[in-house]
Amino acid sequence: MNNWAPFEWITALRFLREGRMQTLFIITGVSIGVAVIVFMSALLAGLQANFIKRVLTSSAHIQLVPADEVARPLRGGPGMTVGAIVQRPAQRLRSIDQWQKVRSLLLSWPTITNVSPTVSAAALAVRGSASRSITMTGIDPEVYFRIVKLPDYIIAGQPRVTSDDIIVGLDLARDLGVTLGDKLTVTSANGGSRLLTISGIFDLGNKGANMRSTYVALRTAQALSNLPGGVTSIDLTVEDVYAAETIAKAVNVATGVQADSWIKTNAQFFTAVNAQQTSNTMIRLFVGLSVAFGIASVLVVSVIQRSSDIGILRAMGTSQGQILRIFLLQGGLLGFAGSLIGSATGAGALLYWHSAMRQADGSELFPLVLEPQLFVYAMVLAALTGVAAAAVPALRAAKLDPVVAIRG
Amino acid sequence: MADPSSTTAPVVRLVGIRKAYNIGTPVEVEVLHGINLDLQRGEFVALTGPSGSGKSTLLNIIGLLDRPTSGQLFITGRETSQLNDTELTKLRGHSIGFVFQAHRLITAFTALENVMMPLLVDNKFPNAAMRARAADLLEQVELTRWKDSLVSNMSGGQQQRVAIARSLAMNPSLILADEPTGNLDSKSADTVIEMMQRVNQTNGTTFLLVTHSKDIAGRCDRTINVVDGQLTTGRI
Repeated sequence: MNNWAPFEWITALRFLREGRMQTLFIITGVSIGVAVIVFMSALLAGLQANFIKRVLTSSAHIQLVPADEVARPLRGGPGMTVGAIVQRPAQRLRSIDQWQKVRSLLLSWPTITNVSPTVSAAALAVRGSASRSITMTGIDPEVYFRIVKLPDYIIAGQPRVTSDDIIVGLDLARDLGVTLGDKLTVTSANGGSRLLTISGIFDLGNKGANMRSTYVALRTAQALSNLPGGVTSIDLTVEDVYAAETIAKAVNVATGVQADSWIKTNAQFFTAVNAQQTSNTMIRLFVGLSVAFGIASVLVVSVIQRSSDIGILRAMGTSQGQILRIFLLQGGLLGFAGSLIGSATGAGALLYWHSAMRQADGSELFPLVLEPQLFVYAMVLAALTGVAAAAVPALRAAKLDPVVAIRG
Repeated sequence: MADPSSTTAPVVRLVGIRKAYNIGTPVEVEVLHGINLDLQRGEFVALTGPSGSGKSTLLNIIGLLDRPTSGQLFITGRETSQLNDTELTKLRGHSIGFVFQAHRLITAFTALENVMMPLLVDNKFPNAAMRARAADLLEQVELTRWKDSLVSNMSGGQQQRVAIARSLAMNPSLILADEPTGNLDSKSADTVIEMMQRVNQTNGTTFLLVTHSKDIAGRCDRTINVVDGQLTTGRI
């Protein structure tokens, strides 16, 4: 026995050591609980990060588009309506009014990281007698590629868009029978037409996107769409992706331009992410509760078993506070020891799962996210849960009548 | 350790001590009826009486483990009725040692650690001093070679000797022994009583022994007999 530790620590450790079977069982129970929490939290964090990455690397966090055109009732004079039925007008391709001013303003916002003006228009890609409808997106590659990581998906050629270049998807190239360096005629809905050279082919992993999406230089798209100097949308990225909706509303207020966040345009996905987070929290809560009740039940039994020892300690001058601390410490130590083993087990299980579960092409099913703070959080929480769980048995021990306790 | 300033006062003084249970209920029962008693420093006293006479209750009250319903209890000259639980615990730890019939050692600790326990609880002594004190006490009860053994591996007599050594750790003024030889064979019982007497004579520690044995009572300075919650005293 060393007096490096106070009496309470020494006694708590000895009591745990003497009841080693009980201690072993409850530490195993706590370990399993913590392992489940660590495994699930890390797995879900990885999956969630993966989903969000997939969504947000192929689209902007916020997109600014011109406000819808609305029709006004035809009036013959004050208070006199000539045409009572107002039809919603077809939305023609229009530029954002004073978009350069809007861009300058948004670039000064610290919460916004990238601002990329684009022209997006429907067009036909024609190769000989074959044609396919496409979405032609005119971009400034230097800025746009910071938002949409298109270069990561290039499987042939370069992510290069000079005025005569076009980047197409794998499935469109297959359908039209073209490859790198081949020419495509792109005809816009406004009648503009241009012969472009394929500079790159990408694969987004989605057939529909590979069929429709094409990228050209901003000026080329402006010319083909008959929008000289104009842009149909401004794409933004923000520091905090979860604040996108709030920032979008602020942008709308500041600029008067309609701003749609990824949260709004992917509402179902965002709801799913939230539901996943809620279910994860609930699982953690119930596992934590089962751990707490496990520790409490073991310590309640321990207090009964040790009532004679408690009585003797009280007779020897041990205060109620010291007895209380002995049992609180036992709870904390059980929680902490269980969390150490559980964290290691959870991390090991996750590593195994990550290496064993692969996609068909051999790539990882989900990114491995093992953040140190998860382990610190699990250990602190488990130790605190242990102390809290020990509170009732510890109070019971401290309040034992020494006369009754000595009798055992 | 015991308060040296109070050496002239009786180690224990009981004035009109009464103890009742189930107070205010139809089954209220008084087990001690106005006990008056002085135990002087260095006395070796036997407390006898039939089962249910109130011996254990009296011992618990003197040991500050239980409170009397009325009356005054002085330990080394200090009146205890107004003390709170913390003060009583401190006074008990410093002034009173306990030896129980079933040794009541803590089985998670070795013999040396059990003897060190009161010093550790007090948290005022360095480790080396505690070890030295415990080793010295184990030597006094002739258990030096067993000091590192878990008490669960020792015989009943040896365990009781460890309990005696533990009761002496804080050098208390008073040792209360509740049938300390009740579970021992006659040879071990004899050894235990001899050791208590030696401590009593060497240190001047007051002993109050609850016993049913006339032989052991006969070896004490005086015998206090409890009958129906009242005392009859005598010197043998």
